[in-house]
Amino acid sequence: MCTLEKRGRVLILTLTGSGEHRLGPGLISSLRSALATARSDPTVAALVTAGEGRFFSNGLDLAWAKNSSEGISTLVRLVKPLIADLISLPMPTVAAVTGHAAAAGMMLAVAHDYVYMRGDRGVLYMSELDIGLPFPDYFMDLMQAKITDPRTLRDVTLRAKKITGTEAKERGIVDKVCQSASETVAEAIKMAEELAGRNWDKGVYASIRLSVYPKLCKSLEIPQESDEAVRKHFASRL
Amino acid sequence: MCTLEKRGNIYLLTLTGSGEHRFNPSLLSSLRAALSSLLCSSHAPNSALITCAEGKFFSNGFDQSWVRSAPPSQHRIISDLLRGLISDYLSLPMPTVCAVTDHAAAAGCALVLAHDYVVMREDRGFFYMSELDVGLKFVKYFEVFFNEKIPDNQTRRDVLLRSARVTAREAMARGIVDRAAQGIEGTIEEALRLAEEVAATVSDGSKLAEKRKLMFSETWRHVSAAGGSKL
Repeated sequence: MCTLEKRGRVLILTLTGSGEHRLGPGLISSLRSALATARSDPTVAALVTAGEGRFFSNGLDLAWAKNSSEGISTLVRLVKPLIADLISLPMPTVAAVTGHAAAAGMMLAVAHDYVYMRGDRGVLYMSELDIGLPFPDYFMDLMQAKITDPRTLRDVTLRAKKITGTEAKERGIVDKVCQSASETVAEAIKMAEELAGRNWDKGVYASIRLSVYPKLCKSLEIPQESDEAVRKHFASRL
Repeated sequence: MCTLEKRGNIYLLTLTGSGEHRFNPSLLSSLRAALSSLLCSSHAPNSALITCAEGKFFSNGFDQSWVRSAPPSQHRIISDLLRGLISDYLSLPMPTVCAVTDHAAAAGCALVLAHDYVVMREDRGFFYMSELDVGLKFVKYFEVFFNEKIPDNQTRRDVLLRSARVTAREAMARGIVDRAAQGIEGTIEEALRLAEEVAATVSDGSKLAEKRKLMFSETWRHVSAAGGSKL
């Protein structure tokens, strides 16, 4: 489902296999496990998430939902803490979007601090409007946090526009566009290494990320420290 | 610490001296005292305020040496004074222009963004939110303020979550700064030009202040509560 590879201080999480990397209970659990590993390893200072094959992730495992008594709402419920894990991860995160990222798969990508994407093929695509599914509240909160140009947000959510890496870079969703999947991964790792090299305090990084996305962290039920706790931390560092 | 002078209908608030203009209770109180004279008195319509600095720094943020020498129970004084200073700028009944004459870092950046318009020097100086680099977290009012003033995701992420050193040109491209100019004098001159332009359009400063507080209502809610402490 996914593999972890350590390169120096960067942990590379790869969604493996040539399939669509759809988010079902199994993959969600593997991803959360991988993120827990990243969180608990003091030698890891940055995370890169990449995919093998034509897809980064094509979204929720709707086939699983169809065959299960619990349905899509269960998957929606299970993905929320996965997104929360990324938003609360105490280190910089870089998504290497190596193929199509649709619906929950696009959410997985944009939940990273930096989004690198190949420009030669693959699209970002919120397919929900096209397939008749609603957005979970936290999907919209994540999109509002990360896609702050109003017309881009409209095109993504109300037009179900398929956006290439190049267009996504122009419109402020993607940070860097690369020529191939392997270049995207290589550049993402390079960026992660640069960020790791800044030697930021992990607790401070996590805290500041929540300060950058306060509405999103409330939506994902990630607790924020009180001013009192922040002041205590400040005093302890003098 | 600071001087307030009038040039025609433009008020010029200068952080004086060649130091880093770091925020300690004395400087913050001096700035608040200068602004209070503008908050309280009635003055001619079509006025404006420019804030600028002498020397090699606009402001390098909080005075860490003051903090280290003060008992922990007093630390929040400078945070509360800065909060009060931001509430003063939000309440000012005239347009405000910041002339960023050199480096602005950390809390110094907050002073810059507290203005309606920003003119920044392009031959020297960075806009640099250094907190991540030095290991400091944000209290709530500060976080709310930066979210309202820098709504663009990538810009806010780079400024706060990457501790980027932003030049005037980049800051302009990213919507943090309105104009760039050369040298301290050039920056102040450009700020004067911009201040005159804007002042000409604002005859009722109190209505301007009301709208500004409404525009940044979340910040206003957080900085106006408890009024901060005046020393």
